[in-house]
Formats: sequence, structure tokens, C-alpha cells
Amino acid sequence: MSYELVGITVLWIFLYGYLIVASIDFGAGFFAFYAKFTKKDHVINQLIARYLSPVWEVTNVFFVFFFVGIVGFFPETAYYYGTAMLVPASFAIILLAIRGSFYAFENYGSKQSTLYTFLYGVSGLLIPASLSIALTLSEGGFITEENGSVTLNYLDLFTSPLSWSIVVLSVVSILFISATFLTFYAARANDLPALKLVRTFALFWSTPTIIAALTTFIVLSQHNERHYENMLDLWWMFGLSVGFFLMAIWFLYQQKNYGLAFISVMLQFLFAFFGYGIGHYPYLLDPYISIHEGATHASMGVALVGAFIGGLLLLIPSLILLMKLFLFDAAYVKGKK
Amino acid sequence: MELDTVLMSRLLTAMTLGFHIIFATLGVGIPLMISIAEFIGIKKNDPHYRLLARRWTRGFVITVAVGVVTGTAIGLQLSLVWPNFMQVAGNVISLPLFMEVFAFFFEAIFLGIYLYTWDRFNNPYIHWSFSLPIIIGGGFSAIFITTVNAFMNTPQGFETQDGTFSAVNPLLTMLNPATPTKVFHVLTSAYVTCAAILAAITAIMMLKGKVTAYHKKALRLTMSLTFLFALLTAVAGDFSAKFLADHQAEKLAAAEWHFETEQNADLILFGWLNEDDEPTGEIRIPGLLSFLAHGDFNAEVTGLEAFPENERPPLWVHYMFDLMVSIGFFLPAVALLYLVVAKVKKWNEHHKGILYLIGLSGPLAMLAIEFGWIYAEEGRQPWILRGYMTVEEAATSSPYVTHMFFLFLALYVVLGTLCVVTLRKLFRNNPAEEELEKHYPSLEKGDNE
Repeated sequence: MSYELVGITVLWIFLYGYLIVASIDFGAGFFAFYAKFTKKDHVINQLIARYLSPVWEVTNVFFVFFFVGIVGFFPETAYYYGTAMLVPASFAIILLAIRGSFYAFENYGSKQSTLYTFLYGVSGLLIPASLSIALTLSEGGFITEENGSVTLNYLDLFTSPLSWSIVVLSVVSILFISATFLTFYAARANDLPALKLVRTFALFWSTPTIIAALTTFIVLSQHNERHYENMLDLWWMFGLSVGFFLMAIWFLYQQKNYGLAFISVMLQFLFAFFGYGIGHYPYLLDPYISIHEGATHASMGVALVGAFIGGLLLLIPSLILLMKLFLFDAAYVKGKK
Repeated sequence: MELDTVLMSRLLTAMTLGFHIIFATLGVGIPLMISIAEFIGIKKNDPHYRLLARRWTRGFVITVAVGVVTGTAIGLQLSLVWPNFMQVAGNVISLPLFMEVFAFFFEAIFLGIYLYTWDRFNNPYIHWSFSLPIIIGGGFSAIFITTVNAFMNTPQGFETQDGTFSAVNPLLTMLNPATPTKVFHVLTSAYVTCAAILAAITAIMMLKGKVTAYHKKALRLTMSLTFLFALLTAVAGDFSAKFLADHQAEKLAAAEWHFETEQNADLILFGWLNEDDEPTGEIRIPGLLSFLAHGDFNAEVTGLEAFPENERPPLWVHYMFDLMVSIGFFLPAVALLYLVVAKVKKWNEHHKGILYLIGLSGPLAMLAIEFGWIYAEEGRQPWILRGYMTVEEAATSSPYVTHMFFLFLALYVVLGTLCVVTLRKLFRNNPAEEELEKHYPSLEKGDNE
């Protein structure tokens, strides 16, 4: 396996990791706001706060890791995406900044404010919407390069069914992933009123998720036939994805095995995300950047892979410790520590 | 009015960095102070120091949050605002950027653990030990990022072929000539700044009448650390000047207003430039520049005129340099004054005048960081990558950068204000005396003198 393939695989795994942990975080923020709005905050907000407090920073790092990595392995992406994404990515940064800092202000500061909760909840939905533009752009047709200057055609972007279906898909997926995780977490904390509420959220958001996924699939076939054909060749991955989705729903209905329900959702998105990503190969930006021509030098690629392995050896034990202390420590989850 | 995109790109980046560096500096230095306080507290079994660590940590988390989000901003802005730079340099400097993220990740994980496990272990050293990865992670973040900045000043470790970089040696790019002095300077100055800021907060509380044993211990500790790290920073600054004289002479020459290459060069302090760009009203110390640059009063120091006119940094960096150095002398002087007065039994180290000076030294230390970075960045102009790429060639072609500048300006105003408001509320609603009683009720009263 060539180093650029190793690089993109690693980065894609990290993006998948971000997708899961950030979805939990973003969705939880929205549910916390929704609960406050409907005066049910006493039921779930304690639960959400206990999970979010120790991990919010870690979530952000997944994202930083991805974009630093992609510019490292494929510097061409800085040139094209950097120029084209100036506005949408700046919006995403500002939303991330508001979200992260307001969370800290509210949580570690003294005052509870509905405004903070509102911004925290809404920014969580707007961030994925603006970041998902990068995925839309990668399909090609929105970025043009003329006379050495890269431009993004905003009119095409905002009128494209593809970009809107990706935005919708990202938002509903977040709510579905997050609700399933919170169901599992509530069950673990033995918090029955919260469990009841978040379980209905999970069931509610399952249908829009699968509909949005299918819609995106169809719209993509109109926009980028090559990518669509590649994805059809990977039909088994998407089949597995749907299978795991059905399993997750089954577990949720059964009202037991919530841990397995969440794992099924993770696998559902794993197969869909990798099916999509492998279908995208070899382009990072259709047709300007392919992973072979856009890759950095071998020496840098190898150094990055080396740093990555070294870093993982350091991080995995630390992450395990973090999870042991907070996520899987039943006494902590139940609020006794 | 159509504003120049290159200028706006520079201003946007300067603003983001200028704002981020405050929180980045705190992020590197404060954990060390917290760790020292907690260690002394455990060792001496003194609740005052442990409470100090707790309270510093509580404020620290708020600044970390702002540091994280502004760090994310600058990380992305590198690609968004300087796409041409990252396209070329990304090939060469992505390794330290990548490792920086790891170091930060490491720090973030342990910060989460440290925050939420204060009373969870029977052995207090276990909790204390979680502060070490935070210090190490923060320190290494600073080191890795500084190697990138050092690389921009003295690029090496690659060959160029038709405008692109080839045959890259990632380790050599990181260990470029500017790295050792820059890393040393960045770390020591972060530590002295954080010690000075914590001392300043304590001094201001004491000026407001809170002269308790808790505050006295806090002041003693932070002033001793300020003195120690201020001396180290001065040493680092001296090394940096010697490095510049050898490897980046135009940067030193611009800062010192040293125009002609000569032996036994004078050091120019303060002053201003007249219409013919000649220093006026300055203090001249004969031969000292030669001594500072090369350790020999007769050594030859390269002047600015040895460089082509379009490759000289702007002359106003002299003011930045002088301000930074002046503060660099002010900090250890105040700390020494406090320590000497504290040593003499008859004298009162908590005299109002001394407390005022200490209260001043915190903000000044942070200003010195800002002046130092402005000097470091402006002193490299016109280059973004010295000798290879100018900032003009590197900037984005997107016309929206002006809009983004104002958007981010609004963001930083909001974040900065809320950060200060939150911190003030946090400590005002929860004074140290009350908390001391809550956490350590067994502590004898009567500490308040």
C-alpha cells in the first residue's frame, strides 16, 4: 500500500471518528436546548452535562487533526479548498468558536443563560451544515480554476440539490447518532425518565436519516456519475449499512441492548462513510486533485505516517484512561463521583 | 473602497495570532504554575497551596476554551488565507504541525482528567501526576509550532526544482538554525508571563484589602517564579540576538537601527527617526551592539545596507524591540525588589508601591509577548518564507478576505469580553476565604492578619 493510500485511509478514519464524536456532541447540544425550550431540561440536561464536560475538547481535536493531516499529506488541497472554502469555513470556525467557548463560559462560569444554551444548540446544527459544503465541493463542478485563480461559484452551490441534500443528511444524521448514544448512556446511568425521552428522539430521527441518505444517493447519481457508479460497485457496503440501521432500530424497539444499538449505528455509518469514500477514489477534488498526483513527497509522507503511529501509541492509552474514568465508570455515569 | 487583499490577509492573520497568543501563552505556562502549587501543597500538607492550584485551574479552563477555539481558527486560516504558502510549504512543514495536534490532543485528554478528579484518589500524588502530561503536552505544542515559525525564518532541509520543493528532509526542516533559540525564548517567556500574571492578580487582590496568609503565600510563590523565569528569558533573549546576528542579520539590524556594517558597533536605545531616517534622541552605548551580537566589543556587525532595499524589514520594529526588552528588564527588577524587601525583616514587602508595580508587571509581561511576536513577524518582512516566498505571493486571491476580517474582529471582541466577564464573575462570587472553609473546614481560623 502506497503512503498516500495509507495517508488518506488514516485521515478518513479520523474523519469518521470526528463524525461520530462530533455528532454526539452537536446533537446533545441541540437536545439540551430543545429540552430547555419544552421545559423538560430537568430530565436530561444533567445526563448530557456529565457526558459532555470531560470530552468536549477532545472532539474538537479530531477535526483539527483531520484538516492538518489532509494539508500535510495533500498540500494541493490547501490551494483549492483553502481558496474556495474561505467563507464557509470561516463561518464554521466562528460557530465552533462560539460553541466551544460559550460551553466553557456557561459550564465553568457561574451563570446559566438561555442565550448560551440556544447558541450552543443551534451552532451544533449549523457547523455540520457549513462543513458539509466541503463534501459537496469535492464532487466537482463548483470550483473552477482560471488563469491561476480559484473561484467558487456560489450560485451553483446554493441552487444545487446535491448541496442541500448533503446538508439535510448531515443534520438529521447528527440527531440520530446523538440520540442513540444518549439512549445508551442513559440506560447505563439507569436514568429511566431520561432514557424514555432520548429513546423517542432516537426513534423519531431514524426515518429522516434513511430517507435523506437515499435522497443523497439519487441526487449524486445526477451530479457525478463516476462516483455513483463506483458506489454501486460497492453495493455490499451500503447493504451492510442498511442492515445495521435496521438492527439498531430493532434494538431500540426492543428496549434492551442499547449498547448494541449504538454500535450498530456506528457500523451503519462506518460502512456508508467508507463506501462513499472508496467510491470517491482517486479524487480528493474532482477533477483537480487526485490522491496520487496531489500527494506530498515520499519522505514527508513516510515521516507523517511514522509520527502518526508514534502519536497513536501515546494517545490510545490516554484515551482508554479517559474513557475508563468517565465513560465506563458506572459510578461516575450515575453521578456518584 | 477596495482594500488590498494582501494587506487584509496580513491584518486578519495578525489579529487572529495576536488574540490567540494571549491564550496560547497562558496554556503553556499556567499548568506549570498549577502543578508547582499543588505539589507544594501536598508536600507541605498546606491547604492554601492546594486551593491555589484549584482556583488557578478553574480560571485556566476558561482561557483554555478560548485558546482551543482560536487555535482552531489560526490552524484553518493558514490554509484559508495563505493557500499558496500552504500548498508549497505544506510539503515541508506539515510534520511539526501534525505533531502539534498530537501534543495538544494529549494535553486535552489529561486536562479533562485533571479537572474532574480532584478528590477521586486517596493518594493525592495521583491527581498531581495528571498535571505533568498537561505541562508536557502544552510545552511540546509550543515547541512544534515554534519550529514552524523558525522554519519560516531560516528555511532548510529541502531542495527547490522549478518552483516546487523536492528532496525534503522533515527532521532537518524542524531542526533549522532558528529553532533552538526561538524555542528557548518562547518557553521561558511563556513561563515568566504566566507567573507575572498570577502574581499581578494576587497583588491586585491584596491592594483591595485581601491581605491573608493565602494571598501572601501566593504572592511569594509567583514572585519567586517570575524572578527565576525572567532571568532565563533574558538569557534566551541574549541567545536570540546572537542567533540573529549570525543567521538573520537584517532582522537584528532593523531592530537596532544599525545601517552600516561596522566593527565596534554602538547600541541604539529608544529614540525616533527623523525625516531622513536617522535616529534622533537616542541613547548610544559605544560598542555594546558588537558585544551583544558576538560577545566581542570589536566584532563586526552586519548593517541593514548590506541587504537589497526591497528585502529590508520596516524600521518601526525598533520600537517593538525596545518595548519588549524594556519590559524584559522591568520584570526581574520588580521581582528582585520584592524578594529583597521580603528578606529584610523590618521592611514590608506588601507595601502599596510594590504591590502596584507587581500589579503592573502582569499586563506588561503579556504586552511584551505581543511586542515580541510583532517584532518577530514584521522583522521577517517581506518574506513569509525567508528567501523563497514573499507574503504577497502567498496570500489568497479571494475577494472576501476583508469581510472575514470584520467577522473575526467581531468574534474576538465578543470572546474577549465574555472571557473577562466570566472570569470576574467566577472569582467574585466565590471568594478564596469561603472556599477554603468549604474544602478544608478543619483549617484553623486566625490566618487573617
